This record gives sequence, C-alpha cells and structure tokens, in this order.
Amino acid sequence: MKILAANRLRDGEAVWFSTERGWVRRIAEAEIALDKEAEERLAAAGQAGKRDNEIVDPELIDIEIVDGSVRPIRLRERIRAAGPTIRPDLGKQARPDFSAAA
Amino acid sequence: MYRYDEFDREFVTSRVAQFGDQVERRLAGEITEEQFKPLRLMNGVYLQLHAYMLRVAIPYGTLSSRQLRMLAHIARTYDRGYGHFTTRQNMQFHWPALADIPAALADLASVEMHSIQTSGNCIRNVSADHFAGAAADEVADPRPYAEILRQWSSVHPEFIFLPRKFKIALTGAERDRAAIKTYDIGLHLKKDAEGRLGFAVWVGGGQGRTPLLAKKIRDFLPEQHLLSYITAIMRVYNLYGRRDNKWKARIKILVHETGAEEFARQVEAEWEKLKDSELKLADADIRAIEAYFAPPLLVDRPEGDEAVRLARLDSKSFSDWLDRNVFTHRHPDYASVTVSLKAIGETPGDISDSQMEAVADLAEKYGFDEARVSHEQNLVLPHVARADLKAVYDELVEIGLATANIGLITDIIACPGLDYCSLANARSIPVAQEISRRFASPERQADIGELKIKMSGCINACGHHHVGHIGILGVEKKGAELYQVTLGGSGDENASLGDIVGRGFGPDEIVDAVETIVDTYLAIRADKSETFLQAYRRIGPAPFREALYGREAKAA
Repeated sequence: MKILAANRLRDGEAVWFSTERGWVRRIAEAEIALDKEAEERLAAAGQAGKRDNEIVDPELIDIEIVDGSVRPIRLRERIRAAGPTIRPDLGKQARPDFSAAA
Repeated sequence: MYRYDEFDREFVTSRVAQFGDQVERRLAGEITEEQFKPLRLMNGVYLQLHAYMLRVAIPYGTLSSRQLRMLAHIARTYDRGYGHFTTRQNMQFHWPALADIPAALADLASVEMHSIQTSGNCIRNVSADHFAGAAADEVADPRPYAEILRQWSSVHPEFIFLPRKFKIALTGAERDRAAIKTYDIGLHLKKDAEGRLGFAVWVGGGQGRTPLLAKKIRDFLPEQHLLSYITAIMRVYNLYGRRDNKWKARIKILVHETGAEEFARQVEAEWEKLKDSELKLADADIRAIEAYFAPPLLVDRPEGDEAVRLARLDSKSFSDWLDRNVFTHRHPDYASVTVSLKAIGETPGDISDSQMEAVADLAEKYGFDEARVSHEQNLVLPHVARADLKAVYDELVEIGLATANIGLITDIIACPGLDYCSLANARSIPVAQEISRRFASPERQADIGELKIKMSGCINACGHHHVGHIGILGVEKKGAELYQVTLGGSGDENASLGDIVGRGFGPDEIVDAVETIVDTYLAIRADKSETFLQAYRRIGPAPFREALYGREAKAA
C-alpha cells in the first residue's frame, strides 16, 4: 500500500494527495493506492502538483493500516506526519485536529 | 569587529533583492523547482522534513549583541521562537515559510548578516577558534585572515561551482579548538623564528562517509601569501577533483589518492605562478582588516581575584561553573565564559529567542558587546572581567543557561537528525537527551572528567562523530534506527579518528551501551587524572568490546 507525500511549495509543510480533497495536511486524509494502477494515478497527480507549483518532491511512500489508521513503514515518514519527536509542541502533532497515525 | 564597507553593504543588499525576486518568480510559477533549487541553496535555504530551513552564516563564529538580537527577532517573527547553532558556527532556523525568507534576509542584512554560501559546492562560511582574540595561549587572532578569506571567496567566479563543498577553518593557538584537521583546508596561524606571522597549511581533512585527517603540506606560509597559496590549492582541486562521483568529490579524496607529497608539489608549482601576482597581500591591507578586530580596551580590574575567591566560598555551584565554563584570558583580570547550550535533557545547540536576547544583554553589559558561537554548539562571551563573573553567572542561572558541563559527558554535540533533517537516517537529539539525563549528576560527571560525545544521524557526520571520544552514528537498518559506536576519536591538535567498536545498538540499548563504556573506563583508568581518551589510547578497544559484547567478542 502506498500514499503520495510531498512538501507544499510556499511553506514546505508536509502534505499528502487525495483525489477528493487535493493536497491535504493530515496523513489520515491521504488516498491509499492498493494496486499498481492506483499508484500510477497518484504518481501522475504528483507530477501535476509539481507542474502547477503547488508542491515539490512528490514521492510514493509505503504504508500499512494499523487499527484502522494509516501508518508509514519508515520512521522518517512517521516523523514527517507528526513533527519532531522531541518537540510535541511543534508541527502537526501540536494541532487540535491531529490524530496520531499509530 | 569587522564592519561592512560600502561594497559589502551594496553586495549583500542587492543579493537580498535578487533572491526576493527569485522567490517571487518561483511562487508565481515562472521558474521551476529544478531551476530554483540551486538558487535557494546558494542562499542557505534547504527543504527539510517539516518545512524549509534557513541557515544563517556567522563568519568565524563572531556576533555582536545587535546581531544576536536580530537572530532572536528572526526566530520570533519568522520561525517558532528558537534557533539551532550548528557545528559550523552557523545558526539554522527550522520552520520559515519560503515566502517570508526574503524579508528575514533583509532584516539580517540590516545588521550585516546573510546566508550566502551556507550551502552549495562553493567555499562555505569560514570558521575559527571561538576564543580567538581572547585566549591566553594564542599567538595572534586568526579572524582577520578568516575575514580576508570571506571577502575573497564570496561569489568568487572561479570557485563557485567546485566539485563539492569546501570548508576552511583557522586557529591561532597550538591547542586546536577549531578542529582544523577535519577541514578541507585547516590553517594554523603561528610565528616563525624571526617572529613573522604565517600559517601551517593542512589540506584534505573531512568526515562524512570517508573520514580522513588533513595532511600538512606546508609548515610555514608567510601571511602575505594567504590568498595566492589558497588559490593554488583551489586550482589544483578544481582541475583534478572528481566531478563524476559525489562520494569521491571532496578534496580529501584527491589528496588521499594523489598522495600528500605529490599534491603539495602540484600546489607549489601552481603557486610559483601566483605568488607575486595581485593576490599577494599588501601589509597595509592585512593591517587594515586586523584593525577591525582590535581587542576591546581592557582596563585593569585587579579586584577580580578577591571577588572570585569570596564568591567561590559562598557558592559551590558558582565554583563548579568557574572550574568548567571559564577559560583563561590573555589579560589576567579577564576571562572567557562559555555559556552551555547543553542543559540536562535539552536539545544541544538550541536556544530560545528570549535566551538569545538575554545573552545579548549580558554581552552588552559585561562583555564588550561580543559573543561567539563554538563548533561544539555553545555560546561564548570572550571578554568578561573576573570581577563580573559572579554577576554574569547569576544572570545565566536566571535564564537556565548556567549548566557547568563544558567538556564533560553531557556537553554533547548532536546534529538535528531525523527529527528535522531530510538526509538523516536516525534521530540524534533524543539519544543525546537521554544520555544527558542518565549522566545528569554533577558529581558523576566530574568524576568521569573530560569526555566528548559527538553524534550524527547519518553518514554525512555533521555531528562530528568520527572525532568524538565516544562517537555515535545513527543508521537505518531494516526500517529501524541503529546506533554504531566509535571510540578514541579526537578533533584537537592530536586528532584521531574513532575505531568502530562492534555491532550497533538499538534505540533502547544505546544509552546503556554508553554507560557500559563509561563504567569500563572508570574501572581501567590508571587514576583520576587519566582521561577517557588517554586511557583508551593506552589500552585500546579490547576491554570495551569485552564489556559491551562479552562472550560474543571472545568468539569473534
């Protein structure tokens, strides 16, 4: 399973892609690709996002579902989805709408 | 301190305007990321995990109070209320929005600061001994030469697209506090038998994936030849340095593969053509730059000795701080104070906006308006009257910056690691914090004595782990963090690279492993005066391996 991650051009914030909502700030809202075809659709959305200057560095990342929530396989991507582990007062984890991605 | 002349001011201001225009065009979609990335990097703007990062140059680590206040202003206005001092004496802000960076750079320019050449394959910010111009053991202040190098290397057309980044460090004392042997070029300012100033020139040091210590290619280069000789080195590197492989592109690889002797011969041959050119520095020009670094007028304050003696009797914590954080000044009534940014359990090198302002106030009130950044991620007040030490200490206590741990096990160097950095493979800060908490007891730290732990979250070695007495390198193995330990490294005048001790440790094992290493040292040291590094150099890794891996080590 994969989702599409990127950084927003204007402020660098980590975002993920959703066909319905566009580039979203919460990983929980990211669209999950279950097969090759869906991955290709996401990759194309990444290229479009780049072209439209909304985001930079789009990248498909591996995830798993844990207790119904999206959980990136790599620690790097889990930290990106929450914020610095040593500063819980900063980044996405500090926002009221944050739900821990397992 | 150096003050910008008209040319400097015009150059930095026009660069801010130029970059502002580039950012505007990028946000408007007129230029692509591929076009923009090299431009932003040349202005110190990186993209990391959570946001952009702005790296601000602090030439040779020297700051005035107003510059330190401006860094506080940047932290508060454009960032999240703090900044991070790096091992290159720079400051990094981890949260600025791209759209705000031109305004931040304009604010920085108003106090003669910038981010130019804090990234990219060019000559980076030149670093120097943090006690320069103050230390009792110094031959001369190396900063005027660092400033000459800064002016010469800024947008130098020949050296702006080198095979790879290029870093120069200077020291003016036998004791190397600037880690010059880990630099592309390390310059040791000294005097010859006739009392003339010049440099021992070291080339080809570096950490990263292939750690190598610099080789001395010239024992004495007269000061007027600084630029002609460095140009000769750069030309040889620019010509023969590899551009086909990023991992072999640093000058250290060229020096290593060519051999120091042959490399030196090539440099000398090139220098023959340059030494009498316009690159030869006129004495008047050197002295003019030197004048900017004239030491403050230090009036005698002989009452300091008695004041310090009495205050010591009154407060053990002040006494401990004096023993750890105060360094001998060339004027007997003065001292250099290190402000530890390593409070127990805190992030090494991080400082809040209000702490920056408070240190700026202290520098203004007691320190001739000057502060320094050390490569060990602390701040320094270089010129404080001994009579004022207690007042400075009391004010540092108020702002939580009076930790008495310089050179001790909790004075850890750590890179930002995977908590921020997109290059990192593992976290550094939480490990540093846990080690700091484990060894929090001042008595225990004092008993252990001098022990430098340095850690990096990836092979690039921003945290100098190769030259840590105990070095820790974070890697990613099968999706999890793993920490490799090296022992016996040192970044001073007797530099050495650490030896890998054995297999790595998981995040829940690494602090115990450090404790095992420390306990082993305490058990094997000849007496309390033998430091960790001395004991390691005397005995070698065997007892540490045995303690860490037990039977596993014997079997191997």
